[in-house]
Amino acid sequence: MTYIAKPKFQHPGIKKNALGYSHRDYEGKISTLCAGCGHDSITASIIEACFELSIEPHRVAKISGIGCSSKTPDYFLGNSHGFNTVHGRMPSVLTGANLANRELIYLGVSGDGDSASIGFGQFAHAIRRGVNMTYIVENNGVYGLTKGQFSATADRGSKSKKGVTNTDNPIDLVGIALQLGATYVARSFSGDKKQLVPIIEGAIRHKGAAFIDVISPCIAFNNHAGSTKSFDYVREHNDAVNRLDVLTGRDPIEIDQDPGTVQIVEQHDGSRLALRKIDADYDPHDRLGAMTFLQKHAAQGQIVTGLLYVDPEADDLHSHLNTVERPLNRLEAADLCPGQAALDKINASLR
Amino acid sequence: MSQQAPLSSVNDFVVRFANVNGSGSASANELFARAVLRHGVPVSPRNIFPSNIQGLPTWYEVRVTEAGHLGARGGGTDLMVAMNPQTWDKDVAGIAPGGYLFYDSTKPMPATKFRDDITVIGVPLTAITNSTYSDPRQRQLFKNIIYLGALSALLDMDPKLIEQLIGEQYKGKEKLLSSNVHALHLGRDWALQNLKCPIGLRIKKADKVGDRIFIEGNNAAALGAVYGGATVCAWYPITPSSSLAEAFSNHCKKLRHDPETGQAKYAIVQAEDELASIGMVVGASWNGARAFTTTSGPGVSLMTEFIGLSYFAEIPAVIMNVQRAGPSTGMPTRTQQCDLIACGYASHGDTKHVMLFPEDPAEAFEFAAAAFDLAERLQTTIFLMLDLDIGMNQRLSRPLKWDDAKQYDRGKVMTAEMLDEGRDFGRYLDVDGDGIPFRTYPGTHPTKGSYFTRGTSRDRYARYSEEGAVYADNVQRLLRKFQTAQDMVPRPLQANASKPTRYGVIYFGSTAPAMDEAIGLLEARGCQLDRLRIRAFPFHSSVASFIAEHDFVYVVEQNRDAQLRQLIVTENGIDPVRLVPILHYDGTPITARFIADAIGDHQDHIKVTPLRKAVS
Repeated sequence: MTYIAKPKFQHPGIKKNALGYSHRDYEGKISTLCAGCGHDSITASIIEACFELSIEPHRVAKISGIGCSSKTPDYFLGNSHGFNTVHGRMPSVLTGANLANRELIYLGVSGDGDSASIGFGQFAHAIRRGVNMTYIVENNGVYGLTKGQFSATADRGSKSKKGVTNTDNPIDLVGIALQLGATYVARSFSGDKKQLVPIIEGAIRHKGAAFIDVISPCIAFNNHAGSTKSFDYVREHNDAVNRLDVLTGRDPIEIDQDPGTVQIVEQHDGSRLALRKIDADYDPHDRLGAMTFLQKHAAQGQIVTGLLYVDPEADDLHSHLNTVERPLNRLEAADLCPGQAALDKINASLR
Repeated sequence: MSQQAPLSSVNDFVVRFANVNGSGSASANELFARAVLRHGVPVSPRNIFPSNIQGLPTWYEVRVTEAGHLGARGGGTDLMVAMNPQTWDKDVAGIAPGGYLFYDSTKPMPATKFRDDITVIGVPLTAITNSTYSDPRQRQLFKNIIYLGALSALLDMDPKLIEQLIGEQYKGKEKLLSSNVHALHLGRDWALQNLKCPIGLRIKKADKVGDRIFIEGNNAAALGAVYGGATVCAWYPITPSSSLAEAFSNHCKKLRHDPETGQAKYAIVQAEDELASIGMVVGASWNGARAFTTTSGPGVSLMTEFIGLSYFAEIPAVIMNVQRAGPSTGMPTRTQQCDLIACGYASHGDTKHVMLFPEDPAEAFEFAAAAFDLAERLQTTIFLMLDLDIGMNQRLSRPLKWDDAKQYDRGKVMTAEMLDEGRDFGRYLDVDGDGIPFRTYPGTHPTKGSYFTRGTSRDRYARYSEEGAVYADNVQRLLRKFQTAQDMVPRPLQANASKPTRYGVIYFGSTAPAMDEAIGLLEARGCQLDRLRIRAFPFHSSVASFIAEHDFVYVVEQNRDAQLRQLIVTENGIDPVRLVPILHYDGTPITARFIADAIGDHQDHIKVTPLRKAVS
């Protein structure tokens, strides 16, 4: 693989956001993933979401583990700092980074092997701690970089490209995230950008642990008959509970709404999620209901997508630790060092 | 056994308390050590405890040492306070000839359970406590204070000084204070009325403690982290390092809260495992905070993948490793200096890591604080190498000192202003020839200075590359950086023998107090040695010079495989024959007697005139 620079030319008429940035300002390097990879669609959705939210790209820290999905942060937000850590350990690095500077936006990108297998523990603990982050799993049920082994999200009975049947039960990261206390939980499909982009926008705006599981078919190793993570299978079995738009404080509230079918969820930062309900019974504020709904539909062979749960009043790890508002990485000796006078007292107490 | 005159010594003996873990004896035994200190007499205590909570044997040894020797002495116990029937035989056998056995005489013991070359002192402790207290817990706890009272009479200690200590301990808790003082006098009065007091061993007031403080190394290192500006601590419990993180937490609660808002100027996370704890440290340090973790050998094993990332991606990290006896679970509550190779070369591939070796709590404080400057200056992992002996035992130490004018060295960080000035930013460019590149913090500038951090090979501008020459250029620079570290870390300290000698000794860390004492024992035996105390890895050039200046050099360390010696041989290209290993690795702290005997015997051996070769 080589480093490829993209041309910097931009058409003068290109669409700009509130910051005056175009889509191009949110792009990264040229993807080296296989043509047609679902992950590239997610990359495009992240770019779109950040553009729409008028986020300053350099205020985002994008952190990943190891694997195809974890390569993707190189392909968006080229002016952001990225960190390709070690396999399965993105959550701990993101947690530490978040502790150091609470003012940045933390985008954790992971894969199903990364989060459901080797890093399952770190995934669980970052969620339960309530780290303020957007944690995206690009879920294809397979190890792409090592050529096709099943991951822990592969469904029991699904077949690999070589025809091997998976006999292990799958881990449903959405169900686990709900159980562990994630305060924003969604599932989407890389092939459904209209649903995915606002879900990412909502997650970025959410203060707390936001988890998004995105079914993202691997066209090289998991897009065949017998796979439950193929494009065709997901399209046929997708049951979307809602569609949503994110309305920021700056934008006029104009949505294509049908009176009586839109629910507005106001988030901590003043932005609002407008949920257009498809399933009339679905309430995204009910954690227990979301878990039941998810399992009921899974038993029917359906993949539920949409915003499954949100707690608009969520807090985060910094709230739990009661840390100062000023980022810890900006504190210097004058802020941190108690000085010799305090040490004299300590010395005296030790005699 | 023949009759032996009872030992007689003032301010120079060893008392050992044998107890059952969980019996609440620790605070009473520590009170004894502190009481001796209040008499102006130095002590050197050691905890010997099992790796479980209740039931197994535990010992607390107090070396009373007016001469101020702070290492373990070795040899038999002069006064054994035998409160654990489980270890009775071993405890009695461990008493020095002429020594004293103090025991609970409530139940009669057969004569075969004693020795005729020691003085046996029976106090009916259970009977006294049972007649005074009805609550079973009180009986257990106050029994400890009662034996302390009896000892105070036997050793001729001033009860007022002990009362004063109890008063400080239970300040504001009058009921506890008076009941403890009452128990103290119960034991003391019984001893004065029924025993010949004092015995041959006595505590006499002296003025040998001065302004020194009595502190555990872990506590001192935790304070070093506070003063060194650590704001993020991510850790996972493991003996013997847990008390370091807990002490950091306690100090932060007192010293690091914003007075106006009450908010914390620190973040402490008990991680789910060691992998997560070092991961958080790496993430926080990457983002510009001073971060550290505390661990012991098994934790280092788990952290090695991240340590490799810290080394190769050049991210600061501080690991405080309180060593214990390995390998594997080894002996979790016993001390060793056995992680030098594991830490010095941690992780796969070609790696080298900086290690700091404090000798006592004062250096643990100083080196802990310095570790954060070094980590940020060198952008790599720094190991603070403590061990259980330093970490979990209280030692007399010079008072902790801090220069209020000191500013933290944040290393080479390129700011937005520097980028706007047009400074060329290449994350892995060696701009100064010292192997250390500039870094930027995430969020620094809208269009300049961002880069992708990764554990895979990249060029000087952080661009992914698998070109062999690019890789070699990078790892050579990393080696250059390690060489730069030689002159930044604490230098070795040399002390010459009182007479010129051809022999030297190298030692480090917690071995130092025993070594200092051993020098005196060796000189009394006619052995002269120049000393070099190594305080850091990479080794300063003076280590090689010291070895070159002597015919051969002893290397004293507390592990089986002579790990320091291996590092010296490997890193400095020294002929191994010139380095004589002196190794102690049974999990107990090395003693002056052991060192003096091992070196003395070797010296005697080489001084023997060889026999003339037989002519065939």
